[in-house]
Amino acid sequence: MEIIRGYPDYMRESIEKVEKTRPQRLKATFKAMTLEEREQILNEYHPDYKPEAKRDLKIGPSKGQRLPHEVADLLEAHPLIDPDDVDLSKVDHDCDILIIGGGGAGTVAALWAHYAGIPVDRMLITTKLRHGDSNSMMAQGGIQAADRPEDSPPRHYLDAIGGGHFTNKPELVRALTMDAPRIIKWHEELGVMYDKDDKGVMMELSGGGTSRKRMHSARDYTGMEIMRTVRDEARNIGVPVLEFSPAVELLKDDQGRIAGAVLFNMETDQYYVVRAKAVILATGGFGRLHIQGFATTNHYGATADGLVMAYHVGANLIDLDSVQYHPTGAAYPEQIVGLLVTEKVRGLGAQPVNKDGELFVYPLEPRDVESANFIRECYGRDNGLTTPTGMKGVWLDSPMIDDLKGEGTIRKNLAAMVRMFERFGIDMTQDPILVFPTLHYQNGGVEITDKAETSVPGLFAGGEVEGGVHGKNRLMGNSLLDYNVFGRRAGINAAEYVKKVALGKLSLDHVRKYEEALQNAGVETDRRAPMLLPDYRGSHVLSRALDIL
Amino acid sequence: MTDTIKTRMIKVYIMGKEYDVPEGLTIMKAMEYAGYRFIRGAGCRAGFCGACGTIFRKKDEYKFKTALACQTPAEDGMYLTELPFVPANKAEYELEELASGPNIIVSLYPEIARCVSCNTCTKACPQDLQVMDYIQASLRGDIEQAAELSFDCLQCGLCAARCPADIVHYHVGQLARRLYGKFILPKSLHLKERNDEIEAGVFDQEMENLTTMDLDQLKKSYIERDIEK
Repeated sequence: MEIIRGYPDYMRESIEKVEKTRPQRLKATFKAMTLEEREQILNEYHPDYKPEAKRDLKIGPSKGQRLPHEVADLLEAHPLIDPDDVDLSKVDHDCDILIIGGGGAGTVAALWAHYAGIPVDRMLITTKLRHGDSNSMMAQGGIQAADRPEDSPPRHYLDAIGGGHFTNKPELVRALTMDAPRIIKWHEELGVMYDKDDKGVMMELSGGGTSRKRMHSARDYTGMEIMRTVRDEARNIGVPVLEFSPAVELLKDDQGRIAGAVLFNMETDQYYVVRAKAVILATGGFGRLHIQGFATTNHYGATADGLVMAYHVGANLIDLDSVQYHPTGAAYPEQIVGLLVTEKVRGLGAQPVNKDGELFVYPLEPRDVESANFIRECYGRDNGLTTPTGMKGVWLDSPMIDDLKGEGTIRKNLAAMVRMFERFGIDMTQDPILVFPTLHYQNGGVEITDKAETSVPGLFAGGEVEGGVHGKNRLMGNSLLDYNVFGRRAGINAAEYVKKVALGKLSLDHVRKYEEALQNAGVETDRRAPMLLPDYRGSHVLSRALDIL
Repeated sequence: MTDTIKTRMIKVYIMGKEYDVPEGLTIMKAMEYAGYRFIRGAGCRAGFCGACGTIFRKKDEYKFKTALACQTPAEDGMYLTELPFVPANKAEYELEELASGPNIIVSLYPEIARCVSCNTCTKACPQDLQVMDYIQASLRGDIEQAAELSFDCLQCGLCAARCPADIVHYHVGQLARRLYGKFILPKSLHLKERNDEIEAGVFDQEMENLTTMDLDQLKKSYIERDIEK
């Protein structure tokens, strides 16, 4: 097979068709779907709407909730640790606030808990990988905030709740949209380099499902720029961080309040007992569960540990039946299949087109609707292009961005994307790129209030682990916003909460009760959770593995 | 079309030890195929976090090379190891107290004056950044250029591991960007005005109406909202 500038010749033939229709498409638009049309295509083509992909949860406070099998498998699994193996009488770390997760939400929570009066030596961030390793670091396109005169927080509210099919919790959407401009202002004070013109006017773009341009970005490294800035600030004020030491179980006291966690040092296999008056769960989402076998944009640690631990202590779950598939995951070349192609590419004007170069969908539908359209084009209408490894995809006509916005726009605004494809021999400023939906985001999670409280006293949550903010579908630019808004609220409200708490005796009885509940529900399995890390070792290795060291 | 793909096996040497892996995998996936399960050395797996800095030499080549394991195909004859951690001291500062002046960066990171312009940092950068140029800009007090040139830095640390002058480039770049973002980039006027409006309660009534609106009315408001082109 001959490869010409990154593509095999048969793919080149399709690219020629894309180039042929481009001049006429530069002026063309495609009609957006009505609410009825959206519903119909979601039912027919969105992976979430397949009944056989889910089952009813058998135990716990959210018993009966319908969840993807991969999530239910972790909740209907034996706890990773045996309470009898852990000595709770010896406390390794004693603090006011334990933050589990060192990504965006956890770091923001630490900063705001500190601003609210908690000294850094009375808090601890513990994290599974390194401080900053998270989906927060990987978000590219932007963060929403209604700050332009022609926009408003109520308008942002309407966009978010409509995009979520009116299933979002109103108090959470209100918090999200009303806090947004304050968050961007805080970032500005911390020195985040947002894209602005020389007068300080933010350069804002549209995203799928937004009625105003309100996407603030820092080139296409928006998530990285925010994450590394807040992390730098946390390092400056001296927030203690324990790396490679995930929490494996939460602790309660004898009054049923959250009282800390058991951590596990993955490099030495030893556990630590942390006593804390409040715990903020900031563990992120579940992309690495590869729901329905999808490739994912998510980082290595996105294994739903927080959901599992929260459920063990009896926290309510919400909207977990809903999974976000980002319409534009890379479909070619093989090395980067599933990695994110930011929505900003469409925000800047690139159109999705089929193998014959035809525009087949409004480019900026909400993500679930856009994804369903891509899947129909590939599998319902057979208008997708098949890659040499058998994957189907549609073209995202990136070169038209420079035609629309001027030469050099792509390289300046999409540097990370250009670099990713260039590493594999593809120049997206000259050629379109092939995309297909990829597992991107956990829409639901642990249910919270607008004070970021869960249903369990002393347990707060912020970021992707929590649910209710986005309902059944999140809009672009609302996840970076979510972790900032609810990370901040979790930090402030946990700081307030701990003032009144005097903890009793530490306990893991809830773990014993969870085991009983599994048994009573007739769950017979050797599965254990939380998962901590996925296992991608070759099957030829695993089939001959011995556990003897 | 799947039939046209025949997977050729190649040899890679992970910390000197030979493994056969299929051609076409990234270094990270090749290591996993060979049986490694990462605790350190894997993060975002997409070229955004710098967890998987890697050093390698090809058999019979004198060149010492650097890469991100998740973004670089494994090649036949690669002798490689990940370098997932680089010891590096970060200056601690209160940004509020640093006014943007020409000597700030060099006062916090005086070792940048030891730069011998060898350009090894630039050659080591897996993002192909002009690392030496942003260190030189920092030395000159050109904060804007240091911030712009270092913007795409993933902080993998390979530059700092290779530098003969013991400079920690990526921390220097971080400081430059925060100084630039805070003190040099003009502030957004819209943001300030909008926050003042929110504080003054301008949107409270409209928000109250929306959060208590019945579903049909809410759907109607959503459908009828105008879309900015």
